[in-house]
Amino acid sequence: MKHHIIIGAGPGGVVAAETLRKTNPTDQITLIGDEAAPPYSRMAIPYLLVEDIEESGTFLRATDHYKNHGIDYIQGRVANIDPNTKTCVLEDGSNLSYDELCIATGSTPISPPIEGIDLPDVHSCWTLEDARQISALATPNSNVVLMGAGFIGCIILESLVKRKVNLSVIEMGSRMVPRMLDENAGGLLKQWCIEDGVGVYTSTKVNAIKLADPDINNGSSMQVILDNGASINADLVISATGVKPNIQFLQNSGLEIDQGVLVNNKMQTNIPNIYAVGDVAQGMDFSTGEYTVQAIQPTATDHGRIAGLNMAGKNAEHNGSLNMNILDTLGLISTSYGLWMGQEGGDTAEIYTPEVFKYMNLRFGIDDESDVLVGATTIGLTQHVGVLRGLIESKIHLGEWKQRLINNPMRIMDAYVASTQELDNVVH
Amino acid sequence: MQKSLHLDPAKCTGCLQCEMACSYEKLGEFNPSRSVIKVFTFHEEGRFAPYTCTQCDEAWCLRACPVDAITMDLASGAKIVIDDKCVGCKVCTISCPFGTINYVQETGKVAKCDLCGGDPECAKACPTDAITYIDANATGYDRMKAFAEKSLPSANTSA
Repeated sequence: MKHHIIIGAGPGGVVAAETLRKTNPTDQITLIGDEAAPPYSRMAIPYLLVEDIEESGTFLRATDHYKNHGIDYIQGRVANIDPNTKTCVLEDGSNLSYDELCIATGSTPISPPIEGIDLPDVHSCWTLEDARQISALATPNSNVVLMGAGFIGCIILESLVKRKVNLSVIEMGSRMVPRMLDENAGGLLKQWCIEDGVGVYTSTKVNAIKLADPDINNGSSMQVILDNGASINADLVISATGVKPNIQFLQNSGLEIDQGVLVNNKMQTNIPNIYAVGDVAQGMDFSTGEYTVQAIQPTATDHGRIAGLNMAGKNAEHNGSLNMNILDTLGLISTSYGLWMGQEGGDTAEIYTPEVFKYMNLRFGIDDESDVLVGATTIGLTQHVGVLRGLIESKIHLGEWKQRLINNPMRIMDAYVASTQELDNVVH
Repeated sequence: MQKSLHLDPAKCTGCLQCEMACSYEKLGEFNPSRSVIKVFTFHEEGRFAPYTCTQCDEAWCLRACPVDAITMDLASGAKIVIDDKCVGCKVCTISCPFGTINYVQETGKVAKCDLCGGDPECAKACPTDAITYIDANATGYDRMKAFAEKSLPSANTSA
């Protein structure tokens, strides 16, 4: 009987543990999480902030789930690992021996080097504890400055607006969500937010956050100084400028690390009995073949499944994870998939009707994939959006459907159904 | 014996009775736009194709859900959305490569086919047997499903 240790109890770690248990009923599985709460989902935090759910609504699984599946869940923080002795050393000094290890330690918000970033009312929005702090400070009519209009910034925008704060968003890039949305899509998002009363400042940097005397600062305790010389009063500053993989504790482990822990198509590191999954792993990107840190939920769970199968003695490989995102920003839903910026020389199918906030851009490949979908961006689409993944990952040759999609990109589901069902044959 | 929906485009006349029945069962109103089975129209080929969730084994939606709001009904094999748990994050909607789980703005939650607890209304409403609910291994449905799932790369597993 082997002992498998999984460090990190986010979606990647939990799915790895579950897959391992389902595939191998007898091995010992230990799942280590470092937060006080049971394993939970950061994806659910925005819904906690609008008070749609309680904290328990963010939990990944029912609290007795782990025990019921023979997974030993322990709360603790791993200080370092020693692959030679196959040991994890916890910060409390205890040791755990493993036969196989899975690193699923996720990522941590970047703290930008800005004067005042350590002030008490400056918070990131990443953990349940962050959410509690934000809930306490984001009261009606309070002044809130959100640094960063990336994925996390946009996903919590709605909850802040619903809490009736005066919200200003500062983004260094030239548009909102520059790493997920193109100019058209980012522009629509900005316009949508502005029409909802949010101050959006793109191509703008925060130079400093300064303490202010509330008596002479309209009641606000801070001033956020922008690089254009303007300043904004703030009771709460939320820093959402990106995340970085939690790899510090692995520095002398012998693991190959670039931006994250490098893994092959089995989620295996350069040390064969050590796997890495999710935000901490630098695995293959389906679209580019390059090794990148994607830091998205679907990739974490796909990684977790593959690592779990391999740790259980199966042979599971993937052809890379497809980068994909969906955002609901004040009710405007945006998605992007794969090579959403397109490939040089590839064709494009586009509809853009900014007056009703609709946008769809399909990207086709090149050479022998010139009729294969390789990327997409959508604004305002909710029906059958997942089929974009199916079309991209299956590399379906669209044939005559390519021109039909160029004529009307909305027909993605028709294209998929027609390509996967035998419409012309009577099957009995 | 597990049953599954068998969808046969060759027999579909595009009458949309299935969409009516589905929405009536789920919402108590005839509202085909909220039906979770959809009939796709192909003017070029003069064909119609009913399409809904295949209750696939991979269960991409279930695995992607961050709050355990999608479970499998052991009796019917259907993957079911638990409305009380769904927070409306939509991660399942981009993860399902078949495009058959969708966000519903009116409810703030996602919706998909649940096989009506093992007695699907769409199949009962279909006048031409384009939609039937029959023993899974007798349908040729697995072949259709396999065709739809072919070469989805992240599904590659060998024992």
